[in-house]
Amino acid sequence: MCGKFRGDSMRLIFETSVSGRRGHRFPGCEEYPAAVFPKKYRRAADAGLPEVSELDVVRHYTNLSRLNYSVDTNFYPLGSCTMKYNPKFTEKIAGLDGFLDLHPLMPQLRGGGMLAQGSLEVVYKTERLLSEITGMNAFTMQPLAGAHGELTGVMIIAAYHRDRGRKRKYIIVPDSSHGTNPASAAIAGFEVIVVPSDKNGYMDFELFKEKLNEDVAGVMLTCPNTLGIFEAQIKKICDAAHKVGALVYYDGANLNAIMGKARPGDLGFDIVHLNLHKTFGTPHGGGGPGAGPVGVVKTLKDFLPISRVVKRTDGTFALDYNYPKSIGYIAPFFGNFGVILKSYAYIMLLGRTGLIDASEYAVLNANYCRVKLKKYFNLPYDCICKHEFVLSAEAQKQKGVSALDIAKYLISKGVHPPTVYFPLIVKEALMIEPTESESKETLDAFIDTMIAIARMVEDNPEVLKAAPENMPVKRLDETKAARELVVRWKAA
Amino acid sequence: MNIPDGLLFTKEHEWVKIEGKRAKMGITDYAQHSLGDITFIELPGKGKTCRQFKQMATVESVKAASDVYASLSGNVVEVNETIVRQPELVNQSPYEQGWFVVIELSDEKEKDNLMNGDAYRNYVKGLAQ
Repeated sequence: MCGKFRGDSMRLIFETSVSGRRGHRFPGCEEYPAAVFPKKYRRAADAGLPEVSELDVVRHYTNLSRLNYSVDTNFYPLGSCTMKYNPKFTEKIAGLDGFLDLHPLMPQLRGGGMLAQGSLEVVYKTERLLSEITGMNAFTMQPLAGAHGELTGVMIIAAYHRDRGRKRKYIIVPDSSHGTNPASAAIAGFEVIVVPSDKNGYMDFELFKEKLNEDVAGVMLTCPNTLGIFEAQIKKICDAAHKVGALVYYDGANLNAIMGKARPGDLGFDIVHLNLHKTFGTPHGGGGPGAGPVGVVKTLKDFLPISRVVKRTDGTFALDYNYPKSIGYIAPFFGNFGVILKSYAYIMLLGRTGLIDASEYAVLNANYCRVKLKKYFNLPYDCICKHEFVLSAEAQKQKGVSALDIAKYLISKGVHPPTVYFPLIVKEALMIEPTESESKETLDAFIDTMIAIARMVEDNPEVLKAAPENMPVKRLDETKAARELVVRWKAA
Repeated sequence: MNIPDGLLFTKEHEWVKIEGKRAKMGITDYAQHSLGDITFIELPGKGKTCRQFKQMATVESVKAASDVYASLSGNVVEVNETIVRQPELVNQSPYEQGWFVVIELSDEKEKDNLMNGDAYRNYVKGLAQ
């Protein structure tokens, strides 16, 4: 593609507009059909839609789509996000007519449930499978994303204490927690207490015990934690929390490390949210939507959102709304059903041994990269990791190259950068999660690129500072973008 | 790292300048440096009561969002609206143009909980190691 046209994909479709150009002309619409519409429904001014041909539109969006980066195009080691490959056969299952064309209101209509048995069964069975994988008693499939699952979980914590006539106002999180944990707790009306990590990367148990009292409603943790380290004192933490009547919440973002190996329920957790789009092979973000199902132990079952899918004695499935202690509705219908269905297919394909293999390879791949790279970058928490590890570019920063520069250079090399500047407890953090999907060749290519970067910090740091070079846009001014946010196009 | 004399400091890298019954508060040069370019600031309203070491304001930078804690307790009497429109002033001039609020002190004895310039300088030096 020559340079003149290449810039076109960076223009908005509004900017390609040419006055009077039309994609299609419908017969009988040559004139503005003013008479048809009552005046009060008519626009006072022109809508300002782009005037483009069909080919203009096709080229614009085709070129934009070619700029997309996904796990289908290349390596995507975005720590904490588990960007594993999403097997294509699950898309095929989700595209079957019987699922695709089912109206979401069908199970709520009189007799409609019998016409939606397959879909209800998928929701029911996915709940059972996730309960088995996590050691929980029951699941709701409704939350539409991970953070939505967290909010649901924290609302269940609140409902549980309220039901026992207790007023508790604090939620404890470690300083390595996902930012959404304290945010979810705050949105649900709790005050957040942050406990620092100790030198091993675990939550500082003595400080935790100091903060723990009968005003604490719950403790939110992820295990392995955000440093990719299995929280060795997890049992002690859960026991101490339970002793004062607090519940322990498992953020499932890192389940990919322990799936089939350890169950949050057995570790002592009371509530679990999972990210189907991380652990169970469904698309992330723009390719999503996601799903954040929540599981609970038996004592919390009654607080789950309605509706619940239940199995009748005759083996048929139905919706049940009769849960007076439920926190109520949190999502329309049954959650993101397509995502649930794809995860169900994924779990059924892999089976028990496949899920265990997935975790083992995820951990093996992370440790392979960790050991190869720790000679070239600081590794502040140097121990066998689980599915991810956190390097520090602090030494490179002393020489003028930041974690951000490294991330930008990786873009030039066709690799999605790792998560940077998180967790906050590691300076110049580079959080790398290769996932189980990747071959040794891909990992080696990434490792070679990272080693080349470490050498360039010594020999040729300017190239890193100028990256990315070969992209449609170069280094973006992130400060200006945040300070002068423009989200709407306006005609000049 | 710029640490002027005549101010008092917290471990969370806030500064306070006591002038009679009033105190002006902001974040230190170390804080603005580790935050990076600040993009958004949320200040308390006038009349709001601040409590020492409790959350008073929020700052967001390109890297992270952080709470800013009150160095001393008291009622907010002045708010620096200019930094809300131009957050870069906190990066450029953390001790002068980049001040956050002025409060009317409710307990002068609280200043014993704060560090002077020398103590803060040592504290920051300790963090670098």
